[in-house]
Amino acid sequence: MNTVTTPKVSAQMLPHLRLKVAGEQAFILYFAEQTSTQVAAQIQAATQALVELVGHSLIDLVPSYASLLVVFDDNQLEFYQARQLVLERIRQAAMQAEEEASQAGNQIILPVYYDVESGPDLEDLARAKALTTDEIIKLHYEQEYRVYAIGFAPGFAYLGELDERLAAPRLATPRKAVPKGAVAIADRQTAVYPSVSPGGWNLIGLCPVPMFDVTKTPSMPMTTGDRIKFEPISKADFIAMGGEL
Amino acid sequence: MNTFKVINPGVMSLLQDAGRFGQHNIGLTVGGPMDPFAFTWANRLCQNEVGATSIEITIGGLQLEAMTDTQIAITGAETQVKVNNQELPMWQTLNIKAGDKIKLGFASQGARIYLAVAGGFDVEAQFGSTATVVREGIGGLTGAASSGKGLAKEDILASHDVTTISPLAMPKLAIPNYDAECVLHTVLGYQEASFSRVDKASFFSCEYTVSERADRMGYRMLGPAIHSSTNAMLSEGICHGAIQVPADGQPIVLLNDRQTIGGYPKIGSVMARDTAKLAQLTQGKKLRFEPVSIEDAHGINQIQKYKESQITLVKVV
Repeated sequence: MNTVTTPKVSAQMLPHLRLKVAGEQAFILYFAEQTSTQVAAQIQAATQALVELVGHSLIDLVPSYASLLVVFDDNQLEFYQARQLVLERIRQAAMQAEEEASQAGNQIILPVYYDVESGPDLEDLARAKALTTDEIIKLHYEQEYRVYAIGFAPGFAYLGELDERLAAPRLATPRKAVPKGAVAIADRQTAVYPSVSPGGWNLIGLCPVPMFDVTKTPSMPMTTGDRIKFEPISKADFIAMGGEL
Repeated sequence: MNTFKVINPGVMSLLQDAGRFGQHNIGLTVGGPMDPFAFTWANRLCQNEVGATSIEITIGGLQLEAMTDTQIAITGAETQVKVNNQELPMWQTLNIKAGDKIKLGFASQGARIYLAVAGGFDVEAQFGSTATVVREGIGGLTGAASSGKGLAKEDILASHDVTTISPLAMPKLAIPNYDAECVLHTVLGYQEASFSRVDKASFFSCEYTVSERADRMGYRMLGPAIHSSTNAMLSEGICHGAIQVPADGQPIVLLNDRQTIGGYPKIGSVMARDTAKLAQLTQGKKLRFEPVSIEDAHGINQIQKYKESQITLVKVV
């Protein structure tokens, strides 16, 4: 499937932006020293973010290899106002792009049986963080996570970002066997172990939904870019949904 | 309404409105009057809308025959204006009768003359403007034979229908002196940091002469060479008045019909108010550049705008 995507202003580009005066009613934004497809896409995105101002406070825009010349109407704006207006628009576009990106992807709800029975590291974690186990659980399921990467083992999805208060180092000695469906945290990441495997993450619950099924297409319930929300369930529901202790 | 027949187009006569804006993204330049002050007041003397289409006559020699009764105003470079062999003043509304022959001499001071007609010339806009850019083949009279060309013998010029006004004149003190010393206020910018302090000092203290390569696209200067340490740069957008310095070190001030993108280093840009003065200079005329901060440039513009707003046209009795 071919999808044509309109380039979006990236927030990472903003610190690299250099502005130089060009004339009494023009300034030039340099996006990079050299040209590249990414730079070209950023210039295109910035131009698009500003184009609706052309004919109003801006007179013309000249995008080129690594720069964008902005000609403003000095009957309406002073140089500093024009500069602020343009940079603000670009900043807004970058924020909007981030916002849109955060809304992209499907939202997937994963049920989790959080308990000391299903999460053997819950109590140690609570002690280390000076929180109650209930607080640990709440902080974990209230957050919406993004699938940043899939790897380590088939169906293993790296989710972020975990609430700072839950960030925990990996176990000093990894477990030989982490159970299938184990909901785990390490640093500011969280994941569901798709199958029994060795692992050093802190275990706080169990998810009854299979993370990887070779017989199904797609074989995983999620893909990179999806948004994941955990939902606490009871032991009875966990069993009813096919979970095993 | 057909208003004039062109008897002789002179050296170069182009239909111009205020310019073509917002089309840089497809590579179209601005065009428009090289001396916006003279252009604007020609229209005001006819009580036209701001930026109404007029004729920019370079050097002179234009001859028109009126096909109807109308009113005109001629401003800009000092030129003899004759209607039916009778000499009439510039910077004033002139009443024209059908059959009148308007004949422009050649500029004794300055280079650009503007002829506005009551109501403005009726020309179909291309890309939002009637401005003639010969290099692009766009603007002016439309049609395969005329588009983007200067006026030619036998061309018929139409104008919008308007009611007659009582003739107005520009107060004498407000008429520019095209023989005055020319100082081009320059906002440093672009690759200015790539020019040494010595070169900058030289550039702003020495006299430059307008070379034979001076047209609507740009004016190449002759004078002390300056050099940029930048030898390879990515082509980028060029604004009005940008001073491009090629390897030979002779600066070129880019004007209305400039290329929109270019790759020569630029030391900065001349203020639009001063490019209007530059556009009135002919080959061999002397000028100098003076640095101005962006803040002062805006200050100068505000003062000039205020001064212009204080000009009151006087009724001709």
